[in-house]
Amino acid sequence: MVLVLALGDLHIPHRAPDLPAKFKSMLVPGKIQHILCTGNLCIKEVHDYLKTICPDLHITRGEYDEETRYPETKIITIGQFKLGVCHGHQVIPWGDLDSLAMLQRQLGVDILVTGHTHQFTAYKHEGGVVINPGSATGAYSSITYDVNPSFVLMDIDGLRIVVYVYELIDGEVKVDKIDFKKTATTTQASH
Amino acid sequence: MPDFEDEEKWLAEGIAGIQQNAFYMHRALDSNNLREALKYSALMLSELRTSRLSPHKYYELYMRAFDELRKLEMFFKDESKHGCSVVDLYELVQHAGNILPRLYLLCTVGSVYIKSKEAPAKDVLKDLVEMCRGVQHPTRGLFLRSYLAQISRDKLPDIGSEYEGGEDTVMDAVEFVLQNFTEMNKLWVRIQQQGPVRDREKREKERKALRDLVGKNLHVLSQIEGVDLEMYKDTVLPRVLEQVVNCKDELAQYYLMDCIIQVFPDEYHLQTLEPLLAAFPQLQPTVDIKTVLSQLMDRLSNYAASSTDVFPEFLQVEAFAKLSGAIGKVIEAQVDMPIVGAITLYVSLLTFTLRVHPERLDYVDQVLGACVKKLSGKVKLEDSRATKQVVALLSAPLDKYKDAVTALTLSNYPRVMDHLDMETNIAMAMVIIQSILNNNTCISTADKVETLFELIKGLIKDLEGTSNDEIDEEDFKEEQNSVARLIHMLHNDDPEEMLKIINTVRMHILTGGPRRLPFTIPALVFSALKLVRQLQSQDGDVIGEEVPATPKKIFQLLNQTIEALSSVSSPELALRLYLQCAEAANDCDLEPVAYEFFTQAFILYEEEVSDSKAQFTAIHMIIGTLQRMNVFGVENRDTLTHKATGYSAKLLKKPDQCRAVYACSHLFWVDDQDGIKDGERVLLCLKRSLRIANAAQQMANATRGSSGPVTLFVEILNKYLYFFEKGNPQITTAAIQSLVELIKTEMQSDTTTLDPASDAFFTSTLRYIQFQKQKGGAIGEKYEPIKVMFTQKKQS
Repeated sequence: MVLVLALGDLHIPHRAPDLPAKFKSMLVPGKIQHILCTGNLCIKEVHDYLKTICPDLHITRGEYDEETRYPETKIITIGQFKLGVCHGHQVIPWGDLDSLAMLQRQLGVDILVTGHTHQFTAYKHEGGVVINPGSATGAYSSITYDVNPSFVLMDIDGLRIVVYVYELIDGEVKVDKIDFKKTATTTQASH
Repeated sequence: MPDFEDEEKWLAEGIAGIQQNAFYMHRALDSNNLREALKYSALMLSELRTSRLSPHKYYELYMRAFDELRKLEMFFKDESKHGCSVVDLYELVQHAGNILPRLYLLCTVGSVYIKSKEAPAKDVLKDLVEMCRGVQHPTRGLFLRSYLAQISRDKLPDIGSEYEGGEDTVMDAVEFVLQNFTEMNKLWVRIQQQGPVRDREKREKERKALRDLVGKNLHVLSQIEGVDLEMYKDTVLPRVLEQVVNCKDELAQYYLMDCIIQVFPDEYHLQTLEPLLAAFPQLQPTVDIKTVLSQLMDRLSNYAASSTDVFPEFLQVEAFAKLSGAIGKVIEAQVDMPIVGAITLYVSLLTFTLRVHPERLDYVDQVLGACVKKLSGKVKLEDSRATKQVVALLSAPLDKYKDAVTALTLSNYPRVMDHLDMETNIAMAMVIIQSILNNNTCISTADKVETLFELIKGLIKDLEGTSNDEIDEEDFKEEQNSVARLIHMLHNDDPEEMLKIINTVRMHILTGGPRRLPFTIPALVFSALKLVRQLQSQDGDVIGEEVPATPKKIFQLLNQTIEALSSVSSPELALRLYLQCAEAANDCDLEPVAYEFFTQAFILYEEEVSDSKAQFTAIHMIIGTLQRMNVFGVENRDTLTHKATGYSAKLLKKPDQCRAVYACSHLFWVDDQDGIKDGERVLLCLKRSLRIANAAQQMANATRGSSGPVTLFVEILNKYLYFFEKGNPQITTAAIQSLVELIKTEMQSDTTTLDPASDAFFTSTLRYIQFQKQKGGAIGEKYEPIKVMFTQKKQS
């Protein structure tokens, strides 16, 4: 069982003062093996905070990030899965699943973690799964109205990946989960 | 100077002397020989006549004697053994040669006398306490009177005691103890004057060792049952205070005031605040009053917290007024008190106030006001300890109320802050912001925001007297980011008030100068955009231009604000913010406003963004935003898309050009119902990007002798497939097929660099085509003509 935290678009301090307190109390150091961050932290303080939750931190560049040297894309292998990370402002039209599928083919990954729209999605297509963990702070977005703070926790176990999405709705944390299974060439979904 | 070894020797000699005489005394006791017993006990007690021992050593000697005297006392008590009546005994012991042994013996008999009840306790006690006057040597006198106190302890005519009644009253017990106390204090104080000035430290050490002997009397007084509040108020406290003030001794005064406070119940203190506090200004100027007063206030605070019944008492005795007045008087009286002393007193008073009267913000403000008055002599505080105390003073209300808003209502709060030096002022401002962030406080009116920003002005702008050399980059960033975070805590659901808040914030942060704007403006912009969105949904209520808060007005504000940013060399950030505003204007159906924002963005792009990587990202932001615009009429849209595609084709590197241009293809195809779907222009873009890709290949060929990877072609192929699926009639299966063949050819050419990534990309693209074909139905039919063959990879 490998736990991977996926989150992004915090936009601290431009659009939000901090992570919601309820999220912070859940993100305890030592429980998570990897962090995939889609970008737009935006400042070093947030980077340092994430590092305390888990030292294996992978970040890609968002267009508002203070650190301009984060990579545009990142590929990591965890267990049987190849995961790709990209903020998503580079893929036009923004949030378009077909265009994201192209990026996924280009990176050659089973799972593509991407952001920018601040809207949680978990979508399966022919080439794999696209996951958008949304905005961990519920930051303002020109693309999505009424953003609820959200993040994703992936449990990778052999050929199976369970995606837990945590959303803060009206002050309460709600959890949902989606199962994906990888076969030889493709990944299948079940809810 | 007698040293340690000498003293050890003398002590040993003294002990030996006691033991020796005690031995003979015991023999006398065993043989009921009164005369011999008296002789040897007197000799034994003579050892206590020494002046060579320090208090600690003397104490050891004294304890030996004390133990022996207990045996003697038992002998005295049993008249059958010695045949002498206690009255006669009392007279007999006064024949001892030297006064000290005489008085020890007298006290010992006195104890028996009182026990016998042959005379009123008060008479014996009075006699003893006055006789002891005969010993005026400080150390010897103190131990003697201490002996008297010890043996009389259980024989005081307290209420309920067997010694009370008839002539004996509690008053007599109190009188006795008070007198003994007074005499002991006088002796104790006298030590200070003995000996040469250079030994002062040594004397103070001695005095400290002896102080509990004096203090014990107060303890005894507190234990006397009969000393109720009234007797304490009328007799005990006035007499004790009289001695404390009159002795004019710093050490004694500090110790005894502290003792009084520790030893008597808090309830008594509350009821005697006036006389107690009145003593303080009369004390020696060097006495550390602030510590004692703080102790008193702490005890009273705890007392208040102990039960709710107690609260009304505090109000009834006007505790706050009295304490506050007393502190004022002390500070006035002690002109040489360093500023840190005065502030510490105010900190204690404030702590008291916050614990006992937290709802009385006027009291809290009063304390701060008194502090301001004290500070107004100086310009800025330079003493670091005093500074620390001021910070404690300012932090206390924040901690107590957990709500910085309450602190904002204290009129004297900013005045106190003004007296801090720049560095501390900033540190304090950070404390305030942290308090707001940690407690999730929402500041909801423009007035409060104004007050808040006045308080934290050290962070907001450069105040006079600051020099830029001293500023630490990391600290500065942290501070400005905190201000940015703070901006999100300023909110009101009412749009009018919210706009006022935004304007207030804007006014303040624009004074921040070029170094601060890049941190603070983005937060303000997004706060304003949130308001715009809120107003969007309230569209129906807007009646023309009379309502102040309209999206249009806010966009105007935003335009001017972001402009400030672009003039301080943050063009990329400003560009992004313009685009955000453009999108928001689009959602509000304000075409000219949206167009203006795009114009501004393009100007920045043209004139300020020069780094090729920055340009690549910037043009993508423009394209991505433009793609989502639905408010533009044909003319405006054409102008903007033309510009976008033009700039895309002019990027520095060919691969960048290629990618930006095919991104532009999306500008001509929007998937909504009314969205533009110009298939021809889409194809034009794709073909143009293909040409650029080709040129890139050839350039690579020419410069490196081998073509670059075929990635660009595969990306373009994917775009063809995208629009093909969307139903762009201009994209034919033939076009797709020939592109597939082109890529295959390129991959197999000798000059092409091997790149597993682009190979895999191509393969998975082909697999996708296959997958679509196999889907069947309409999509399968569409894809049917495209032939996909998974060819061998070329051998190398």
